[in-house]
Amino acid sequence: MSHSAANASARSVSATHASASKHALLEVRELGKAYRRYRNELARVVSWFTPIKPKDETWILRDINFDIAPGEAVGIVGQNGAGKSTLLKMITGTLRPTEGYIRTHGRIAAILELGMGFNGELSGRQNVLHSAGLMGFTHAQISEAMDDIEAFAEIGDYFDKPMRVYSSGMQMRVAFSVATAFRPQILIVDEALSVGDAYFQHKSFDRIREFQRQGTSLLIVSHDKAAIQSLCDRAILLEQGQILQDGLPQDIMDYYNALIAQKENARVEIKPLDSGQIQTQSGTGEASIVQVSLHAANSGAIDVVDVGQPVELRVTVAVHVDLPELVVGYKIKDRVGQDVFGTNTWHTHQIEKELVAGERLTYHMRFSANLGPGSYSVSLSLHSSDTHLTRNYQWIDHALVFQVVNMEKDFFLGSSWIMPIIDCEREAASRSEFNEST
Amino acid sequence: MLTSLKGAWRYRQFIATSIRHELVTRFARSRIGGAWMIIHPLSMVLIYALVLSAVLSAKLPGIESQYAYAIYLTAGMLGWSLFSEILNRCLGVFIENANLMKKLVFPKIALPVIITGSCLINNLALFMVILIVFALLGHFTPATLPWVLVLTGITVLLALGLGLILGVLNVFIRDIGQLMPIVLQFLFWFTPVVYPAEIVPASLQTLIAFNPLFHLIGAYHDVLAYGQPPSLTVLMALMLLGGGLVLVSALLFRKASPEMVDAL
Repeated sequence: MSHSAANASARSVSATHASASKHALLEVRELGKAYRRYRNELARVVSWFTPIKPKDETWILRDINFDIAPGEAVGIVGQNGAGKSTLLKMITGTLRPTEGYIRTHGRIAAILELGMGFNGELSGRQNVLHSAGLMGFTHAQISEAMDDIEAFAEIGDYFDKPMRVYSSGMQMRVAFSVATAFRPQILIVDEALSVGDAYFQHKSFDRIREFQRQGTSLLIVSHDKAAIQSLCDRAILLEQGQILQDGLPQDIMDYYNALIAQKENARVEIKPLDSGQIQTQSGTGEASIVQVSLHAANSGAIDVVDVGQPVELRVTVAVHVDLPELVVGYKIKDRVGQDVFGTNTWHTHQIEKELVAGERLTYHMRFSANLGPGSYSVSLSLHSSDTHLTRNYQWIDHALVFQVVNMEKDFFLGSSWIMPIIDCEREAASRSEFNEST
Repeated sequence: MLTSLKGAWRYRQFIATSIRHELVTRFARSRIGGAWMIIHPLSMVLIYALVLSAVLSAKLPGIESQYAYAIYLTAGMLGWSLFSEILNRCLGVFIENANLMKKLVFPKIALPVIITGSCLINNLALFMVILIVFALLGHFTPATLPWVLVLTGITVLLALGLGLILGVLNVFIRDIGQLMPIVLQFLFWFTPVVYPAEIVPASLQTLIAFNPLFHLIGAYHDVLAYGQPPSLTVLMALMLLGGGLVLVSALLFRKASPEMVDAL
């Protein structure tokens, strides 16, 4: 991320912090949630009427304090079990706090529960009527918004067909349209907004942005660093039921990464990153990769990269036995495993020769991340000559996973950033041509 | 209590569509759709009226018809089916709507209101069918028919009150949900629905008099089978009991609600 953008968001955060105390849309104070256990369930029932003590209580969340100002976008980050969903449930109101309080000004809507209460036998229109009713709207209000909902969903005639014949994408379209038919004061958004196809994702994103411009606060929950960094102007890190940090998304995410790295003890060892992919390793082990990291220009390791950002892939290789020659290769693959780019030091005529056991080599591979938004992985190989098939010292799949986010470029599709310069020439219609054609 | 009633009013749109959707889904994709709503109770009443009367054609004192037994039986059934349907559905109402309660905020009173609404519609269908069949059998009790309205109200109070108390407890102690069908079976046979109250031995009469449903179903018999107004004292007592149960259920729900979603 460039410095100017970071400064801009820093300013906006301090501005919203200053106004937060006065016009906060959401105030969370001393919030805590405990699950109480009793000797048996009968004792629990008795406890409602008499001061009987629970056997033990487990605090899921405690001492949570924060405000959200109008128009602010706040990311809630944390590992599984940190208390994110408990916090959200208390904010939406389905769970009652054990202590403290939440004060909200205005309506809260959540895009977590898309399609709640939809019935397959009923048409999209009927389901919209029902589910908007479930949000507390009257028939008149819903009827007024119905045309907008139908238009936004863009599912054509299907809107009046039973929902069981819908594709899941169509269902999500209707669900999103009704969930956002009325602008809420606070919108809770789950995981990277994966609503339907790319076109609709973009469209729903625009709507959320539009809400934000009109003063809706966003509360975004995600494990996805890319989503947090590109969407939020503030992030809150939850750990074991407490707020560990509250600040700029970049800082919070760095801290979060360090926290995870510490847990996995993954500083020097190369392990599969928790992307669900399986790492394959092979090779003779005569030389090995001891460290691999991705860096922004003159900075520490990063794993979220802006489109077009200059980055450096740093690979440290240890040589264990004397080797005649060493070639290092890397390959960037997209989320589904398609090769995006790959090369090695044989092709670039940078073969290292006559290596001695115990030597260490650090490669700095600098390139611009002209990639489309998404998740990418880096595979590495150490070998002699041009391919890793002959004298393969080491081969590691998914040695590094990084995210590309589009923070400042105009919207584009695809896995490559190939920005054109578009010129358009217009000529006024001339009478003579018109005559010729007729 | 007042705020929750207001909540129910605010959510009238949701309540209305929920009741309608329940009916629509029940008959969705069936060729004759809503007609099944009549056919089901009709076949039940016809079986009682024709088959049972032919087999057990014993005359009941007070009813001048060879279908006396069938008339008696269906009259009791009208009350019992309403009671047991509401009770059964209230018993599982929170567990079945766990997803909704965990994820969305809405006045919970909407749930029993939806149940009551859809059960009343079913009961109305049954009542219509009964009236038609009674007319065909030549059995008229027009003077006491309006009482059915009062009895329906009392039945709803009793079933809702008891059902919601058990429904709340069932969230925490799931054995209740397993136990209730058995208890309901016992209750059914301890209530004179399929047998005349008179055949209960004298020694058990005092015991069975503690069963509120004995009196409730008795009132249904009075109104629909014997064509006489029900005892006002009995109705008052039942109404008080029903109202009391509803109040207790509301109190219990209020006490339980902070922990309810945790347990779902």
